[in-house]
Amino acid sequence: MVRALLWVLAAILLGGIVHLSTVLAMPQAAKQDAYSRLVPLTPVNAMVPVTTPTADTAIMPFMDPAFAQAVCRYDLTGGSLKLLAPVSQAYTSVTFYTRKSVAYYAINDRAAGRRTIELDLMTPEQHAEVPEEEDVTAADRLIIESPGTMGLIVLRALAPEPGLMPMVRGALAAATCSIQPVQ
Amino acid sequence: MRLLFGSCFTLLIAAALGLGATWFTLTRGVAFGSLTIGAWTAWPKSGSVDIDPYARASIARSGELPTGTGDGVAFYAHTDDQGNNFDGRCSFTISGMTPAARYWTVTLYDPEGRLVANTIDRHGFTSEEIVRDSEGRFAITVAPLARPGNWLPTGGIEKFVLVWRLYDTPIGVATRTTKEGPMPAIVRKGC
Repeated sequence: MVRALLWVLAAILLGGIVHLSTVLAMPQAAKQDAYSRLVPLTPVNAMVPVTTPTADTAIMPFMDPAFAQAVCRYDLTGGSLKLLAPVSQAYTSVTFYTRKSVAYYAINDRAAGRRTIELDLMTPEQHAEVPEEEDVTAADRLIIESPGTMGLIVLRALAPEPGLMPMVRGALAAATCSIQPVQ
Repeated sequence: MRLLFGSCFTLLIAAALGLGATWFTLTRGVAFGSLTIGAWTAWPKSGSVDIDPYARASIARSGELPTGTGDGVAFYAHTDDQGNNFDGRCSFTISGMTPAARYWTVTLYDPEGRLVANTIDRHGFTSEEIVRDSEGRFAITVAPLARPGNWLPTGGIEKFVLVWRLYDTPIGVATRTTKEGPMPAIVRKGC
């Protein structure tokens, strides 16, 4: 009896370990995460518009259909990245995601405080190499540190009414992201 | 012999238990640090680097990109205020107050996060396009058949999910009470 109980206890303990390890391994094992879905649709280090979701097609689940979106799938191996995004009439936001879909930074047009959102994205190593005086003189230069070399920048602009969607998409089309060659 | 039987039994139970628990938590969307107001639940930490391992795993599995904390916060509802499941063959009304936010949108999805096909191609409302009464209040009718006013079609599907997204809002990780964030009430009107 005691022996059987011991086996059951061992089973529960082992089950707990299996559970925790599968949860922790899931982001590495997932084949259909947002980044993987965007690989065939987006080039590296370029801002491209993403189709607004419809009932038949959606690149990702739970996308907000009131927003026009553009994605820059980045790779910082060749240098830091410069993002320029014009602010649309209603509401514009930029969210930075890691390769594993963790939103590590997000900013909206009001917080950015200008007609264009202008950001520099770099790895902590590249940030450390930025000359100090340059960092000071360009006080309004917004530098974001990416935790890894790869990830996603998602630009979202709201179309307050469906009829405004073409205009909002037009505003987003002017957004760019490009690698700055290492000096 | 007994040892062999015992260890086989243990390993089997452990695998079933462990994988079962993982499947359960990931499909049900278990995550820590949730903020529940009425029928609405948000996970503000899922939009930041403080995201917990469960939310991380569930996002990797579903393929979605969570709303970033500096962008806004997304509230999910699967039932009305009384706990009745959202059935696309019934009608529900959403009315009341919304927390302070520059813009909000409300969207209807199926449980997998896809938009639902309908004749008027409407999947939600934004705070700008919603029809309000003279006092600025609004009511949305979620129903399978056309209704006057703000009609959000369900397409008659068995289960649906509503997502209320607040953009540029102070609501977030630090929000505790429902006073800070009054969310709209959801009431079932009939089936």
